[in-house]
Amino acid sequence: MQSTVNNNENWTPRIVAFFCNWCTYTASDLAGVSRLRYAPSTRVIRVMCSGRIDPEFIMESFAKGADGVLIGGCHPGDCHYSEGNYKCLRRFTLMQKYAEQMGIEKDRLRLEWISASEGKKLQEVVNDMTDHIRKLGPSKIKEVVETIVK
Amino acid sequence: MADKPKIKLAVYWGAACGGCCVSVLDVHESLFTVVEHADLVFWPIALDVKYKDVEEMPDGNIDITLFNGAVRTSENEHMAKLLRKKSKILIAYGSCAHMGGIPGLANFSNKEEIFKRVYETSESIDNPNKVFPATETEVKEGKLTLPKFYNDVMTLNQVVDVDYYLPGCPPQTERLVEVFMAVVTGATLPPKGSVIGVFDRVQCDDCKRKKSDKKGITKFYRAWEVVDDGETCLNEQGILCMGPATRGGCGVRCVEGNAPCRGCYGPMEGIPDPGAKMMSAIASMLEGKEQDEIDKAIESVVDPAGTFYRFSLPGSILRRKQK
Repeated sequence: MQSTVNNNENWTPRIVAFFCNWCTYTASDLAGVSRLRYAPSTRVIRVMCSGRIDPEFIMESFAKGADGVLIGGCHPGDCHYSEGNYKCLRRFTLMQKYAEQMGIEKDRLRLEWISASEGKKLQEVVNDMTDHIRKLGPSKIKEVVETIVK
Repeated sequence: MADKPKIKLAVYWGAACGGCCVSVLDVHESLFTVVEHADLVFWPIALDVKYKDVEEMPDGNIDITLFNGAVRTSENEHMAKLLRKKSKILIAYGSCAHMGGIPGLANFSNKEEIFKRVYETSESIDNPNKVFPATETEVKEGKLTLPKFYNDVMTLNQVVDVDYYLPGCPPQTERLVEVFMAVVTGATLPPKGSVIGVFDRVQCDDCKRKKSDKKGITKFYRAWEVVDDGETCLNEQGILCMGPATRGGCGVRCVEGNAPCRGCYGPMEGIPDPGAKMMSAIASMLEGKEQDEIDKAIESVVDPAGTFYRFSLPGSILRRKQK
């Protein structure tokens, strides 16, 4: 996975999107069947619960060339497994602090609660995140990870 | 038995504190067993064998090299490559060679910042002419050279092919003796690339402190902020302990001494990033559900990257701070 075009106008960021099976993934289905247009920037990975998203997945995504990572889960109180999204929120909050220490821009990592009926919200979130990342430009994380400077 | 040739053993330090070499000495009287079976052919902390003596050895001459320390300078890299060539088995010995260790924390910074701090802005330095270390300096007697200080700290396996990893800061001496005796007695060696001298369980499995399923942590404390009751899980008391994400092997030495585990034994088999697993574990232990409660708890984790990657930054997925 490599972003090759550096021209911010024509360049589409690559966002790895981890969506939970019960809410956000279904919302993306709804956005699809509702024919809502949104930026073709996400590569969606369906997970059973946002609580399944290990910080390792996020790091691995960045290390392999993602320009951003979006996590979508059920609204608080709505988790299919009752508490998975709270675990996700805690991990995410800790990850944000870690990412800041590692020099990763805040806008590259985002968590949103999107229920199965919120296809519209999904459209808005993806578009908004794509705009923010477009302003930041392509991620250099992969290059830094792979290039040891002597 | 008398004719059995002795094993040729070498110990070398890269970017290290010397503790790993001392841990080899900590075999105490077992040292007699070691020297009965092995000749120490190169060990800068204890023997006056020069680099050129190693260079003159035939390739594969050394049976086992314990390489401790990270790779941070051109000298470390040269010696890592040289010892790789001269050794049949190269073991990354200790946390620094395994995943970067304490010197690896320099990957939060870079060469320029480090030099500026050490040779310019440090409170104890007086350097008006801004003299910085140079790899070559002309003096009237001739040219003086120093190894190049690299921008990034590397683990041993980022520089050369490594046969085994023996983690720990320093590795528990009993584990070293076990490994050594396995080689001496001709036991079948584990597959190449294995982490040896460790257990297949995490620290918590060996820890005797009382643990409950419901951790319910609302805030973390620095060790000096609370009085440890001496028997409850340190994490449950809000003292960050790396036990849940750290491989056993040391015998839970730190926690037995009432100090939290700092994670020097590295991650479990198949886990590429110990810090990620620790973050994952922390999230399961926290109590709060509201953003402000969670923020408050996370805020009390003062330095997550430095704490969770204390011994493993160069070997972690993201390897270093972005520039």
